[in-house]
Amino acid sequence: MSAYLIRRLLYAVPLLLGVNILTFLLFFVVNTPDDMARMQLGQKRVGPEAIRDWKHERGYDLPLLWNEGAEGTAQVTETIFYQKSVGLFLFRFGRSDQGRDIGADIRTRMWPSLAIATPSLVLGVAVNVSLALLVVLFRLTYLEFWGMALCVALMSVSSLFYIIGGQYLFGKLLQLVPISGYDGGRDAWRFLILPLTISVISGIGSGVRWYRTLFLDEVEKDYVRTARAKGLGELRVLFTHVLRNALIPILTGIVVLLPLLFTGSLLNESFFAIPGLGSYTIDAIQQQDFAIVRSMVYLGSTLYILGLLLTDISYTLVDPRVRLH
Amino acid sequence: MAILLTACGEGPWNSPYPAGAASGRTLFASFSERPKHLDPARAYSSDEFRIIGQVYEPPLQYHYLQRPYALEPLTAGVLPTVRYLDRDLKVLPDDAPEAAIAYSEYAIHLKPGIRFQPHPAFVRDSEGAYRYHALTDEQLASIARLDDFGERATREVTAEDYAHQIKRLAHPQLHSPIAELMKTYIVGFRELADVLKRDLDARGPRAVLDLRDYALEGVQVMDGQHYRVRLHGKYPQFRFWLAMPFFAPMPWEAERFYSQPGLVAKNITLDWYPVGTGAYQLIENNPNRRIVLGRNPYFHDEFYPTEGEPGDRESGLLVNAGNRLPFIDRVVLALEKETIPYWNKFLQGYYDSSGLASDNFDQAVQFSAQGNAELTREMLAQGISLETAVAASSYYMGFNLLDPVIGGLDERHCKLRQALSIALDYEEFITIFMNGRGIPAQGMVPPGIFGHLDGLRGINPYVYDWVGNAPRRKSIEAARQRLAEAGYPRGVDAVTGKPLVLYLDITARGPDDKSLLNWYRKQFDKLGIQLVLRATDYNQFQQKMANGNAQIFQWGWNADYPDPENFFFLLYGPNRKAGLGGENAANYQSERFDRLFERMRNMDDGPARLEVIQQLQEIVRHDAPWIFGYHPKSFALHHAWFRNLKPNLMANNDLKYQLIEPAQRVARQREWNRPRVWPLLVGLILFFAALVPAWHGYRRRQRASAL
Repeated sequence: MSAYLIRRLLYAVPLLLGVNILTFLLFFVVNTPDDMARMQLGQKRVGPEAIRDWKHERGYDLPLLWNEGAEGTAQVTETIFYQKSVGLFLFRFGRSDQGRDIGADIRTRMWPSLAIATPSLVLGVAVNVSLALLVVLFRLTYLEFWGMALCVALMSVSSLFYIIGGQYLFGKLLQLVPISGYDGGRDAWRFLILPLTISVISGIGSGVRWYRTLFLDEVEKDYVRTARAKGLGELRVLFTHVLRNALIPILTGIVVLLPLLFTGSLLNESFFAIPGLGSYTIDAIQQQDFAIVRSMVYLGSTLYILGLLLTDISYTLVDPRVRLH
Repeated sequence: MAILLTACGEGPWNSPYPAGAASGRTLFASFSERPKHLDPARAYSSDEFRIIGQVYEPPLQYHYLQRPYALEPLTAGVLPTVRYLDRDLKVLPDDAPEAAIAYSEYAIHLKPGIRFQPHPAFVRDSEGAYRYHALTDEQLASIARLDDFGERATREVTAEDYAHQIKRLAHPQLHSPIAELMKTYIVGFRELADVLKRDLDARGPRAVLDLRDYALEGVQVMDGQHYRVRLHGKYPQFRFWLAMPFFAPMPWEAERFYSQPGLVAKNITLDWYPVGTGAYQLIENNPNRRIVLGRNPYFHDEFYPTEGEPGDRESGLLVNAGNRLPFIDRVVLALEKETIPYWNKFLQGYYDSSGLASDNFDQAVQFSAQGNAELTREMLAQGISLETAVAASSYYMGFNLLDPVIGGLDERHCKLRQALSIALDYEEFITIFMNGRGIPAQGMVPPGIFGHLDGLRGINPYVYDWVGNAPRRKSIEAARQRLAEAGYPRGVDAVTGKPLVLYLDITARGPDDKSLLNWYRKQFDKLGIQLVLRATDYNQFQQKMANGNAQIFQWGWNADYPDPENFFFLLYGPNRKAGLGGENAANYQSERFDRLFERMRNMDDGPARLEVIQQLQEIVRHDAPWIFGYHPKSFALHHAWFRNLKPNLMANNDLKYQLIEPAQRVARQREWNRPRVWPLLVGLILFFAALVPAWHGYRRRQRASAL
């Protein structure tokens, strides 16, 4: 397995380099260093000299990818791409174009994102798996038919509607929870309960249908028939045997998400005023802060690769037949 | 969920604040955009001024109640005295001709006993050394926020602190937005900026320069409470800059403290944690969640004004006259990016005041038969009040005077632009797109600024007629007539016979903007002119403007200070945008205008200046480099427990005057927020009831298969 892991990690290097180059090119196709300077310096009373100084100070006055005026290796190293990428590969994110330490910002903002994303994932999977098993349990009854119809209806509603509707119903009409806001410590649950509930409910439609499909594939297999023949109750058959054998596809969907949990959700965090990482990248794009954009894209791709690797490893844990070579 | 919620205690369950928070003298408000900078040398936007205006205190401030806006001393003992000097530094009489004035010198005498807020930067040990100026790795390990410093101290403000801040404006790494302007006025400022830049280049970009080692010729500290600022020539507007945070005192200790790399790596910087003398100090800065200001325990004596303008006493604005400031102990500004939750929380009483977005406008405001904005019955029932004020801002449609079709100052081109000025019906625009929140502009100067005239004398005679007792836009026939005189009868070039096509560069191009863009087309179409809309992103738009490539564009300007110079300079020739990078986006250059502007900007307010301003107005109304659009009107709502609110669009330190009555707020919040649990319980019962027949069905099937 070690050889497999090392090989996968080596594959990641060109992949990350590619992502970095692509981000770089896309960003500078849309924004020039002059635009970035104007954005950071403000709209009023910004002259050409101030723009020139800002670019020089941050190294944005260098050529993008190839320095014609330099000689030797400096043709590559004396470029914006090289200067801004070396530290990144060592996870030294440096300072944003506004002057803030990006690493410190990420460390501060990841916790509120985790506080909402982790329970949402755990609770969402638990609810969806349980409901899917119940639908399978009640298959060929009116409950399955209406359950599936309800799932389709739930899937058809946009997540924004869930959020606004949930805030209106629970926060404004019933006045049970704060409409939005966040607090740390013991008071946090009051603010998390609504986004959590909405997040779970909005995921039920697609989640239940997906898990139901997985379970229906399993319930007709021989081992299930054997279990029933041995006299096991249907509940035990489903929740013990079928669930365990359906774990591989379930894990595929979940483990890959784990490292990305802390990057947060833009919509949820924006509407519920949760101070997480969800809007960090979007805000940076709007403010043309290249330092943050490239850091977050790089981090996101690294974590995604890590998630895929974790998924592979998890296969070996839930199914002893799987070997990684 | 219901069971969890029953543990919420006595207060409203949906309160976003900890129990008991509403009963304190705390103001709850929000912000939607995180401020970029809180360093007084860098901050310039209204979002930033809203916060640092409460913390930093420049020598002067605007009187809270008086209108027109008037300056008064803040940390200065009296308003600064100005003396004029010739080239040999000999003092000239006050009425000396402008040509003879080589320098003007502002003398600022400070009030004694003003102290900085408590801060770790001032803490010294028993031997007098600064305790936190050389933090070790061990000390840094336990520090994540400014609160983690165990001790705080203060010291008295001196004139050196003001001089230090003026030097900071010249620091190349701070990129102060007013540095370029000050280079042209403060004696020695440009030289200091050059020296600092040279030293930074020599010592590397991470070098920390101690500004005490550098001299600024034009700023002289006479003694602990007295300093002088010497300017090139005459620049009366400098007094307004002295009321902005750029000129607040900055202790060198704070700069030294915050320059430590260990603190910078934790984002504990002067740009994020201000050190001031104002009524409030920043006690929490998490702009991704909330910003909290608390009362500065060392705030000097300051009292609520005892006089205002007529009507203030009747409005209850002088009830607290002479009382010591501030009235509010704590200010909590929460981040609210979305208008729906923000508006609902205001209606629930969890925000004390609110702006008014277009989405909620109809719910809150209706217009009477006379066209006055009034609150709806729903708002009145909640005791909500409405405050409106015309902003010191101008929004306009500009013509690039360098453009061969629309530009030029000959009569023909002026008539073309005048025709368009008539055709573009801004009264309709304000009604349709702004919910009536604006007034059509008659010239460069908004209401409330010296030089603005109401009534017949104040109208733009090229666009309006005075009918009855009000201005009325000229008919479209009059516009067509001007267009024909310009050589485009019915929108067709009389020489070539080709239809006239004009190009408007716009950044608005989303689906929501479609109706607006159609409206623009319709306005030009009234004259038979084809309007081509060139959608562009803001970056490209800025570049086009810098290069002088746009033909017609839209722009706006928020005044820095209440002086007509701050508007007319937008059309001053040497201030052109194309090639020179100035703020004259229309690239307008009229010798007559420039000469009059140079005269007007240095005059004292009075009949002579008013006369020159009217001449300037006449020139720009005739030349029409802009279609004078509108001056926006701000609408603000507040609850009955929030008092002493008077819109002051120049002052940014107004929180200290405002007052909260917490008992009333607590009572209303309880009344408006009574939790309803029964629908949840009914929902649960229905859910389980739906399961019963299914469970029976399942059992029946199990039994059947067992048989």
